[in-house]
Amino acid sequence: MTFTYNDVYVKDTATIAGPYEKKGPLKKYFDKTFDDLYYDEDSWEKAEIKSVKESLKLLHKKVGIKRKEVDVILGGDLLNQIAATTYGAYNFSKCFLGLYGACSTSVEAMILGSVLIDAKKVKNAIVTVSSHNMAAEKQFRNPTEYGAPKPKSATFTATGSASMLLTKEKTDIKVESSTIGQIIDLNQNNPNDMGKVMAPAAIDTIKRHLKDLNRKPDYYDLIVTGDLGLYGKEILKDYMLEEYDLDLKDNYNDCGVMLYDLKEQEECLAGGSGPVCSALVSFGYIYHEMKKKNLKRVLIVATGALFSPTMVYQKENIYSIANAISLEVV
Amino acid sequence: MKQEKYEMIAKEHKAKNPKLQNAIVAFLIGGVIGMIGEGIIELLCNIFHMSRNNAGTIMIVIMIFIASLSTALGFFDKLVTKFKCGLLIPITGFAHSMTSAALDYKKEGPIYGVGANIFKLAGSVILYGIVAAWFFGMIRYLLGGRI
Repeated sequence: MTFTYNDVYVKDTATIAGPYEKKGPLKKYFDKTFDDLYYDEDSWEKAEIKSVKESLKLLHKKVGIKRKEVDVILGGDLLNQIAATTYGAYNFSKCFLGLYGACSTSVEAMILGSVLIDAKKVKNAIVTVSSHNMAAEKQFRNPTEYGAPKPKSATFTATGSASMLLTKEKTDIKVESSTIGQIIDLNQNNPNDMGKVMAPAAIDTIKRHLKDLNRKPDYYDLIVTGDLGLYGKEILKDYMLEEYDLDLKDNYNDCGVMLYDLKEQEECLAGGSGPVCSALVSFGYIYHEMKKKNLKRVLIVATGALFSPTMVYQKENIYSIANAISLEVV
Repeated sequence: MKQEKYEMIAKEHKAKNPKLQNAIVAFLIGGVIGMIGEGIIELLCNIFHMSRNNAGTIMIVIMIFIASLSTALGFFDKLVTKFKCGLLIPITGFAHSMTSAALDYKKEGPIYGVGANIFKLAGSVILYGIVAAWFFGMIRYLLGGRI
């Protein structure tokens, strides 16, 4: 489902990135970074909560908005009961909507925020997402100190938090349109190859977005997918070309690949993942490049593996989803 | 979407994992650890004049201690990334799995955290280890071996 917006704009963003992201090529686009994964707290979960609080605090400060002037915060993370977002967003706005779309949460929240503003139900909305490498590892895989060798196709959960303020007040960057994705099941079941699990969802959403708005891929200066990684990215490009004759050239990239220097940072394997992966790249790099007018039309396609370890142990497939949002410089 | 076509394209972009190389590294490192264990036994037998049986037990305790300590100090997992499963197969891997689980859940307290989760990975090994031991014991008994 694709729709366009009339009066929704991006006011500002705030990004907090962890130690691995700091070593990556996008360092200069982050507002704040931290070196220790504990972030001066005593558990991984509390460190993630702190990063959410810090990004919200910073966003409020940058925009000069009071907590009571923020109508709604929309956001989510990977922890059970989206604990990082709920504990982190406490007391930062008039009301709150917690969301879960795995790594696609950032765009899911942007779409809902834009709809609320476009329908004139709220004046502004903050989108916030976070993830933490160790907290996610503990949640979804093995204990953090457990050294199980991982295949090269595995992805690496990004650490940090990113927030964005959407308003009806005119700014340079407009939320132009969005496409809500559908749940995709293509018989994928390898949690160590999430790029292959999620690429079908990204393919489906991009194809429908372009078809619904009657656009070609070169309409955009940049199309980014969320966290397909090195291998998923190539699968997507080939499939789009061979099946739909849509040629994604140099204007296509993947946030998971952009976030790290994958040649130097071998521990990041196929690339970044987690809700904050696409958000750090789009609220950091893309936002700043759009402000400088180096990028004018960008399509952000956040991809999420709707991965439940329980269902995989019960021999079910891993489903995936991708949501797309288009930003334009006005 | 067409699954067959998708799988075909995905196959072309599959990550290449050096399986053979990993297996050789694991084999050699596993062997080295075995050698170190044997060395410790010899040392204990010859210098401290222990019986081979007692020396074996003390060697296991030493191995468990080293694996647990290096897990707690945070470098065992990095060694596994380098030296592959050769480090995980012997007793060291078992100790590592328990220590890492205990470390992960220490903030949730001694009961709901460490107590409930310490066997998260090792539980399967213990359960099926005991079951397998029972079966092999029975087979040995039925074949007329000594108990």
